[in-house]
Amino acid sequence: MNLSANLLTVITFLPTVGALLLLFVPGRSEASTNLVRWIALVVTLLTLVLSLYLWAQFDPKNAGFQFVEDFDWIGTSIGYRMGVDGISVLFIPLTTLLMPAVVISAWGSVTTRVKEYMIVFLVLETFMIGAFATLDLAIFYVFFEGTLIPMFLIIGIWGGSRRIQATYKFFFYSFTGTVLMLLAIMFMFWQAGTLDIQELLKFKFAPEVQTWLWLGFFASFAVKMPMWPFHRWLPEAHVEAPTGGSVILAAILLKLGGYGFIRFSIAMFPDASQMFAPFVFTLSIAAIIFTSLIALVQTDIKKLIAYSSVAHMGFVTMGIFAGNVMGIQGALFQMISHGIVSGALFLCVGVVYDRMHTREIEAYGGLVSRMPAYAVIFMVFTMANVGLPGTSGFVGEFLTMLAVFQVNTWVAFFAAFGVILSACYALWLYRRVVFGALTKENLKAILDIDRREAIVLVPLLVLTILFGFYPAPILDATAASVQLVADNFANAVGAVAPVAAAAH
Amino acid sequence: MISDISSFASLAPAYPELMLAIGAVVLLLLGVFMKKGSAGAIASLAVILLVIVVGGMVFSDTTGVIFNGGFINDAFARYMKLLVVGASAFTLILSFSSAKAHALDKFEYSVLVLLATLGMMLMVSANDLMSLYIGLELQSLALYVVAAMKRDSAQATEAGLKYFVLGALSSGMLLYGASLVYGFTGHTQLDLILTAVVEGERSIGLIFGMVFLLVGIAFKISAVPFHMWTPDVYEGAPTPVTAFFAAAPKVAAMALLLRVVSVSFHGIISDWQQIVIFLSIASMVLAAFAAIGQNNLKRLLAYSSIGHVGFALVGLSSGTQGGVEGVAIYMAIYVTMTVGIFAAVLSLKTESGYVETISELAGLSKKRPFVAAIMAVLMFSLIGLPPLAGFFAKWHVFLAAIEQNLFILAVIGVLASAVSAFYYLRIVKVMYFDEPVAEFAAVPRELTLVLAISGFLVVTYFVTVGSPLAAAARVAAGSLF
Repeated sequence: MNLSANLLTVITFLPTVGALLLLFVPGRSEASTNLVRWIALVVTLLTLVLSLYLWAQFDPKNAGFQFVEDFDWIGTSIGYRMGVDGISVLFIPLTTLLMPAVVISAWGSVTTRVKEYMIVFLVLETFMIGAFATLDLAIFYVFFEGTLIPMFLIIGIWGGSRRIQATYKFFFYSFTGTVLMLLAIMFMFWQAGTLDIQELLKFKFAPEVQTWLWLGFFASFAVKMPMWPFHRWLPEAHVEAPTGGSVILAAILLKLGGYGFIRFSIAMFPDASQMFAPFVFTLSIAAIIFTSLIALVQTDIKKLIAYSSVAHMGFVTMGIFAGNVMGIQGALFQMISHGIVSGALFLCVGVVYDRMHTREIEAYGGLVSRMPAYAVIFMVFTMANVGLPGTSGFVGEFLTMLAVFQVNTWVAFFAAFGVILSACYALWLYRRVVFGALTKENLKAILDIDRREAIVLVPLLVLTILFGFYPAPILDATAASVQLVADNFANAVGAVAPVAAAAH
Repeated sequence: MISDISSFASLAPAYPELMLAIGAVVLLLLGVFMKKGSAGAIASLAVILLVIVVGGMVFSDTTGVIFNGGFINDAFARYMKLLVVGASAFTLILSFSSAKAHALDKFEYSVLVLLATLGMMLMVSANDLMSLYIGLELQSLALYVVAAMKRDSAQATEAGLKYFVLGALSSGMLLYGASLVYGFTGHTQLDLILTAVVEGERSIGLIFGMVFLLVGIAFKISAVPFHMWTPDVYEGAPTPVTAFFAAAPKVAAMALLLRVVSVSFHGIISDWQQIVIFLSIASMVLAAFAAIGQNNLKRLLAYSSIGHVGFALVGLSSGTQGGVEGVAIYMAIYVTMTVGIFAAVLSLKTESGYVETISELAGLSKKRPFVAAIMAVLMFSLIGLPPLAGFFAKWHVFLAAIEQNLFILAVIGVLASAVSAFYYLRIVKVMYFDEPVAEFAAVPRELTLVLAISGFLVVTYFVTVGSPLAAAARVAAGSLF
């Protein structure tokens, strides 16, 4: 077995192997629960190391797919095909980076059914990595849709008081959208005779066919992203999910939608994407402005962050459908950055929730005097969420707005409001939770973050600032593949090649 | 094609059926002459007999047409018969532990199941409208008795009677259809009907006959609007019997439908296609909505099976070889899931008897984590979520429909599957999200085994059986075209 020839398979299925291992841990005693946690941690860390090795081995100059594995699987249609290019490669380290964080954050806060908790998360990790790593459309669907099962259980079993409604809503929104994509996938198979994504990228679908296929995929990805007005499931799912669930939901699962838009909508249906771009822009603007306004009036911290996620995803869809290099690269950067930042924000909420068992903003205030370290960390992530220069949040927003400015000035004009509004709600939230006088009795004994929480948050903090000042690792990895996608898009829609000035 | 009945070797294609018939009669004699209380032994022998028949089918692959064209053994028949016999064997195993509680601890039960299985094998292998009817009736008559076997239960008697009246009606329709087809084509042999259909102009009488035939079979597969008996019979019959009804007869009737429309009426696809499309849409949609309000587990499973018949018919609607292949795969996966679910239902026993309603499952994941996990997996699979087997079942049938441009059917189908997710998820919700109320008795060992097999196949379909099953279904479908 040559490791680098099967690297993607190993990374994808290592968590499943870990989950199988966990099945055989007997008993529910404290010792065996700790064993479960350690196994989960070791497996996720091992996966992280391997995925960093993948990133290191990845050749950024090559725009095509790397680490390709290709076998026939079921009949002549579905094949086992793996491979990554600049568009997908970074999502794998992002996923594997957040998984240890989830495992560690659950150490103290999840005490019931720990074994099952770790098993579903490890299975979920396989599905998420697989969705990014596969090069077969049917297998992509399998992994993409497969994520519903663990997430349904995560919200439903370990969620808050209104978890059942939340998890049903999550499930039905996602499922209904995705089955329409399934039909589109079947139609593509029938038209092109293959499910190999590499072949499909070369195949030209007729423009009128593209429209329908685009809509089929849109139904799925727009719900997943989520785009306004398909976002209704998200705030509830976030509020009711346990901390780990919220982190994965915001950081990775939403990105599946954005990844799908780039990989399939833009790359395979360029004519339809061009045609629907104004529609997407409209929805993006609506998301940016409306959900920012909604975020302003939230009284629940998690809900506020959830709405801010929708707004930030508006920048992503806007960037993607600008269709030029800068837009797509900005969208990718924004997704990676949002993955780190929103994940970290939910972890921050988890920190105070574990202590006070409430997410109401009203219940907090003046935390800075008891939790100075927490205040600093929370501040950095709040600033990154706002998009302050020097944090990773800035780069993506700036690039997408720059890109869309070239395509449609008005869209950029309205999107700029989102930046202002995000500053409003994020800073106001920070002020109400962290600053002010510490008047509430039950807050007076609250403890600052402990070592376990610091281990989780500090690496994310470092990355947020690092990518803010030095975005090159991300932009370099994506540049060649994004250039290819943007060129193909420009050629297909017959537009003049946009100014291909990468921002770095 | 005059068969030489005096030569035993020329009967080779029907060896499995002969084995089963002789075996069933021997078991009947044994049962009569052995003392009371030997029903368990007979049931075990019946399972062994079925295993031997499976072995016989696997190792002797003599294909051919015998009995003057009335009986055919081809790849399709073998595939479907393996499913039927396998399903019968497994559902018999399911009845072991609960036979006494369901008043099935009589040797007649096992013998009747064997005879019904024999009837189903004849249905699958029927190559003539007459042998088709004989097989169907042998199956049905055995099933009527089995449904009403729990004599002192009003519910079971009602179920048996209902099943009998509606079954007899459907048999009558089928027979009437068969007579019309014979009258207008001059043939009863399926492949000869095709030549008559293709050569001659298609007369109204032939169409009428075909419609009656389809209606008769639609009763047997319980496709909407001929499904009314299903929920009542499922609910009223003893649970092991319900398990049997839900698995093997569905496969046999579906195989019959596939053969009749693909062989005899292949030339008039457009005439039966619209009927099948209607049956399919009606079944999927009605089952999806009707099951939501059910609180009885067996009624819910009845609607679930109606819905799955609808999904399987999506494949047949395409009228292509790929469609038949899809249905063949669908039925195999459906049987695996059904057996697993009934194993789960039969393994749950509280102080007040076997679990019948959904609310009794509350908190099962804490009390019986293994059963709950397998049941949850099966529910997700029934919804059609990847990477479980149920997804691939839907994949194959919808692919066939898309290739024939049946977009509306496909869109309605997937949306119905989204609606149906609601009631499957309710079971998962009750098991996993609610607090336990009842204590459950220990799970019998053989049920644990069946659960494990079913769960394993459904979860690992992707890696283990998926590829060989698809290959076998392709060969099977190929033999019809």
